[in-house]
Amino acid sequence: MKIQRIKAIILKEFSRMLKDPAMLFMIIIFPIVLTLAFGFSFGQIGSNGESVYEVTVINGDIEGNFPEWSEHFISNLSKNEALEIHVGDDLETAESDLLEGKISAVIYIPIKFGDAIQSYWQYPLDSSQWENVTVDISYDSGSMIASQLLPSLFQQALFDTIYGENTQEISLPIILGSELVKSDQKTTFDYFAPGLFAFASIFLTMTIAQGITDEKEKGVLKRMYLTPIKSEEIMIGLTIANVTTAIIQTAVVFLMAFIMGYRPEGGILFAFLLVTIFSLSCIGFGLITGALSKNAGMAAGISFIFIIPQMFLGTFVSQGPPTIINKLVPSHYVTDALTSLLLRGAPVSSEAVLLDLGILMIYSIVIFIIGVFAFKKISKDL
Amino acid sequence: MTDFAISVKNLVKIFDNEVTAVDNLNLDVKKGEIYGFLGPNGAGKTTSINIFSGLLQPTSGEVIVGGFDVIKNPEKIKEIIGVCPQEPSLFGYLTGRQNIEFFGNLHCIPKEKIRERTEFLLKKLNFNGEGDRRVKNYSGGMVRRINVAVALINDPDIVFLDEPTVGMDPQSRRAVWEFIQDLKKKNKTVILTTHYIEEAEQLCERVGIIDHGKIIELGNPDELKQKYKAKTLEDVFIKITGRKIREEI
Ligand SMILES: Nc1ncnc2c1ncn2[C@@H]1O[C@H](COP(=O)(O)OP(=O)(O)OP(=O)(O)O)[C@@H](O)[C@H]1O
Ligand SMILES: [Mg+2]
Repeated sequence: MKIQRIKAIILKEFSRMLKDPAMLFMIIIFPIVLTLAFGFSFGQIGSNGESVYEVTVINGDIEGNFPEWSEHFISNLSKNEALEIHVGDDLETAESDLLEGKISAVIYIPIKFGDAIQSYWQYPLDSSQWENVTVDISYDSGSMIASQLLPSLFQQALFDTIYGENTQEISLPIILGSELVKSDQKTTFDYFAPGLFAFASIFLTMTIAQGITDEKEKGVLKRMYLTPIKSEEIMIGLTIANVTTAIIQTAVVFLMAFIMGYRPEGGILFAFLLVTIFSLSCIGFGLITGALSKNAGMAAGISFIFIIPQMFLGTFVSQGPPTIINKLVPSHYVTDALTSLLLRGAPVSSEAVLLDLGILMIYSIVIFIIGVFAFKKISKDL
Repeated sequence: MTDFAISVKNLVKIFDNEVTAVDNLNLDVKKGEIYGFLGPNGAGKTTSINIFSGLLQPTSGEVIVGGFDVIKNPEKIKEIIGVCPQEPSLFGYLTGRQNIEFFGNLHCIPKEKIRERTEFLLKKLNFNGEGDRRVKNYSGGMVRRINVAVALINDPDIVFLDEPTVGMDPQSRRAVWEFIQDLKKKNKTVILTTHYIEEAEQLCERVGIIDHGKIIELGNPDELKQKYKAKTLEDVFIKITGRKIREEI
């Protein structure tokens, strides 16, 4: 084992990445662009720190018996900084604005809205005396966020309207302790960020596989073996170069996110450790792919067999509770652990994080070892 | 220890149980000798060199290079040989200089020596400045010259040159020839495969004429020509086999 050889391999790997525009794109530009895109779409950047949803309210009760209730409701809605309320007078126009995506929701206050609240206060305990009405709300079906976030905001305004703003005034034995979503808290970007950190290194599988097939095709791998180099030395050099790359990628993604206002709950250093371990599995897949492929095209094709599941089942693309399938890919564990650390602010020593770390380590080491053996195998019969 | 740089006994290489590329080859190359393999396409020249340099496992037979057995001691052999493969094998994204230095590092030559020797090789092979351009932008002949330079970075005792001058212009070819003659002066052993008759005649002290994996005639070019009353080695080959070694270029 000679440091000089390993160093030469490391430098060669970096030259390969830096001098090939396609590689450079995959390794650095792509993660940056992706982070920017996500940041602008879901983060706080571009919206001065908060998302504002435009909502049109049609007041059908303006000429009713108790118009002050509907006006009170509208003013309560307007108080929420996340909402920009327009009072419209034509339901059709509002619906078409909604279809065109100009606004995020339409609220239709029905006639007798005021009567309904009035009747409630008159007979708070006798529901048979209540005047029942329904407030119709249409959401922008093109926006997942709007349809998830807005109902709770509307509910809050309605609650404030009926009971007054200080809900504690009514004495109920139980109060809901959960804070409602406020615009200055977590953005969607915060939910996506952990997956984004894992995302970049997944593509190392492809760049490594292409590098190896290219060296096979050009005969340079064979030529390296005409010198006294050992396959272990090639392997170590390649691993050091690519793990470093994974760390740089994560740092770049993190920096971009930070600039765009991303502030994780903590655990940054540990996040880098997780990505480092995870990158071993990506490198392992790359070695396996490189060993199996005869040319660069085949390498790209085979590497996507590993990349696609890792991407769709284990990174930001996959949201919601994990299924058995999710649990089959290593990227799931790094994203899950990062979510606990960065989003929930879980301590490194928490069981969830340590369990993810353990499974991730086993996965990564096994895949990496298989990769090393595959590479050794092809080195024998070049 | 023998005086032979390379000693081959009953070497056989059969590919996929059907193609006999090397057919019971026997061969001794003396230290400090320039030995030529001359033969038509598919004769088994490259296969032989690949076995001598430890890249290919022989089907049977014994090969000793620099006193080491290729099967038992391939690692020792790699330290003393330099190989210029028939197909140029270089990193396109590195410069010519970086390619030479990279392989120097794989041989664990001290940095300073690598730098010196790379400079020397580039000069010798007529590179002025182009050595610092990327190989992928080189002309075919430039690639070939770097391909030769890489083989010589470790100042090897035994050099295998597989068609080193194919596609080079006459100047570059002459430069490589001069280089090979310099190697001889330094008592290096050179095994050269070629189908350039002139190259074999000018450089080689002995030529093994190889056809269908067998050496069909062996000797000093002048002696062979006398023996067959031929003007060139090409004529010698025709007289033996009734075929030409190669189509004229
Ligand atoms: N890897 C391989 N698998 C199967 N057959 C092979 C392989 N390598 C070489 N051969 C066969 O072995 C024979 C000798 O090939 P070789 O490359 O040694 O010839 P050569 O003398 O170098 O020819 P050229 O002048 O064209 O370079 C040919 O018939 C070739 O098809
Ligand atoms: Mg050949």
